Amino acid sequence: MNSLFRHNKLALAGFVIATFLVVAAVLAPWLAPFNPAGQDLTKRLEGPSWQHPFGNDELGRDILSRLLMGARVSMRVGGTVVLISGITGVLIGGLAGFAGGKLDTFVTVIVINSLMAFPGILLAIALVAFLGPGLDRLIFALVIIGWVGYARLARGQVLKIKTLEFVEAARAMGATSARVFFLHVLPSIIQPVLVQASIGMATAVLAEASLSFLGLGITPPAPSWGAMLNDGRNHLFDAPHMVVFPSIALVLTVLSFNILADAFRDWLDPKSLKY
Amino acid sequence: MPPLSGFMLVFRVPHVNALSALRYTPPTMIAFVIRRIALTLPVAWIVVTLVFGLIHLVPGDPIAQMLGEGASVTEVARLRHELGLDRPVLEQYRTYLAGLYHGNLGVSFRDQQPVAASIRSRFPATMELAFAAFILSILFAVPAGVVSAIRRGRFADQGLGLVSLLGVSLPNFALGPLLILLFSIALGLLPVSGRGGILQLILPAATLGMGLAATTMRMVRGSMLEEIQQDYVRTARAKGLRERTVLFKHALRNGLIPVITILGLQMGSLLVGSFITETIFSWPGLGRLTIQAINARDYPLAQGCILTISLTYILINLLTDVMYSVVDPRIRL
Repeated sequence: MNSLFRHNKLALAGFVIATFLVVAAVLAPWLAPFNPAGQDLTKRLEGPSWQHPFGNDELGRDILSRLLMGARVSMRVGGTVVLISGITGVLIGGLAGFAGGKLDTFVTVIVINSLMAFPGILLAIALVAFLGPGLDRLIFALVIIGWVGYARLARGQVLKIKTLEFVEAARAMGATSARVFFLHVLPSIIQPVLVQASIGMATAVLAEASLSFLGLGITPPAPSWGAMLNDGRNHLFDAPHMVVFPSIALVLTVLSFNILADAFRDWLDPKSLKY
Repeated sequence: MPPLSGFMLVFRVPHVNALSALRYTPPTMIAFVIRRIALTLPVAWIVVTLVFGLIHLVPGDPIAQMLGEGASVTEVARLRHELGLDRPVLEQYRTYLAGLYHGNLGVSFRDQQPVAASIRSRFPATMELAFAAFILSILFAVPAGVVSAIRRGRFADQGLGLVSLLGVSLPNFALGPLLILLFSIALGLLPVSGRGGILQLILPAATLGMGLAATTMRMVRGSMLEEIQQDYVRTARAKGLRERTVLFKHALRNGLIPVITILGLQMGSLLVGSFITETIFSWPGLGRLTIQAINARDYPLAQGCILTISLTYILINLLTDVMYSVVDPRIRL
């Protein structure tokens, strides 16, 4: 880990921000100065003040508290989606690549290619539109579009690795296919999967915010950055802070996970052209 | 081969020569194009089928959902019959496919208008916006990428690098309101929303194109950095050509090849970005219509919109691949 950050200050910054966000999300209920759902109509649309550093929204709710609780929603969606789609994708893609033959043809040619052929977020919008809004459905939709990337990556890596000598050696020593796959092949593809997971986290957070912005994600009283931006849109003239703070939170999150992904990639492959 | 004549070739030759191209083989352009189209058809069929299946995902009874609470049993039954949802699934599927073949996407539930007509009236607005965003981002990305590459590591490069990083990380729905805040509210230069003149096109196009501009710029930069180191560039310089000629006539032309693929793939992402951008700027396009249809639980209209956008996306990808094979003959599968 040390070598990951030694020559890369940007990566360190990304790591610090990402850690900060995760900690803030976990501790949100204790950190939030006010009840995120607590309305106070006397403070409607008030700008930033000492008491409410990020101001209040159209129902007089404290924006800082809502942002903190919103971070929880973002991280929860991001984490769950990355975990489920990562495991599913790696298993399906990895097995297809490992087994080869008809199974591989079916998985890659038919399933993966069809899903990749059409835009992920559109599929998510379509699914959520017909399934109805809600956290679990949102996660389901994002997993459906998310696992494909991992599957494709895992398949490619497995195809490359299964021809290497150590795999052949394991087989020669009489290891079963299952043993070769789980104990020898899978551990060797973990690094690129980490890069993908880091990008996946940023993508999932963005997707959740986009869907919530369109009113298709988290149902209203629960705070979501996307939904907060949507509320703020109607008050651009009188309360610009409603748009500014959630935007900053979102940008920092996406930026930090993208930077981390870049750093992981450079760390794994020092030869790659540095940006 | 200059791109234009290559492009013409794709569309002219098949009449004369398609069969022999099929029989004979690998790396001819016609074979590639035919193969690519053949690969697209099953995908299009899967998309059509998925969209058909969507309405069956609605939890509970979609008809009761559409009508809302307080609908009488007879009303529900009547609408179910009108939409054909009381018939066997396979028969519904057959009717749906037959309808598609005739360009019939059903009737909108809210205003009783044919879905196809509503889509047709909104489609040009979406394409106009996507096209404007596309042009705007190229106008920014190509020069910025070149400058960034030739000034590598200097102030200009770092500044542009920061801009592109922000462009990639700033989602449409944050950028849009921020642009409105800056250009419409603080400076009072541009209108907030609507469609009409060129002025109204600027903000939405910039919002939609920002992500594309940023990724394209990074691509152009990377690709230029690679080209500049090539032997042919040294040769061009050695024979005394002006730096401008070396950069733009030699290096940039080669450098743009990989950029074109990304551009094509991203053209599709512009269509998807239109959901959000159109909503922010009240742009009367397909994206906004889709969201309105979804919120109104107008399932037939939502299905039609989603289908149209998906198929357009697939078609654009197909065209990009074909164009790409024209520009770079090494690509043909």
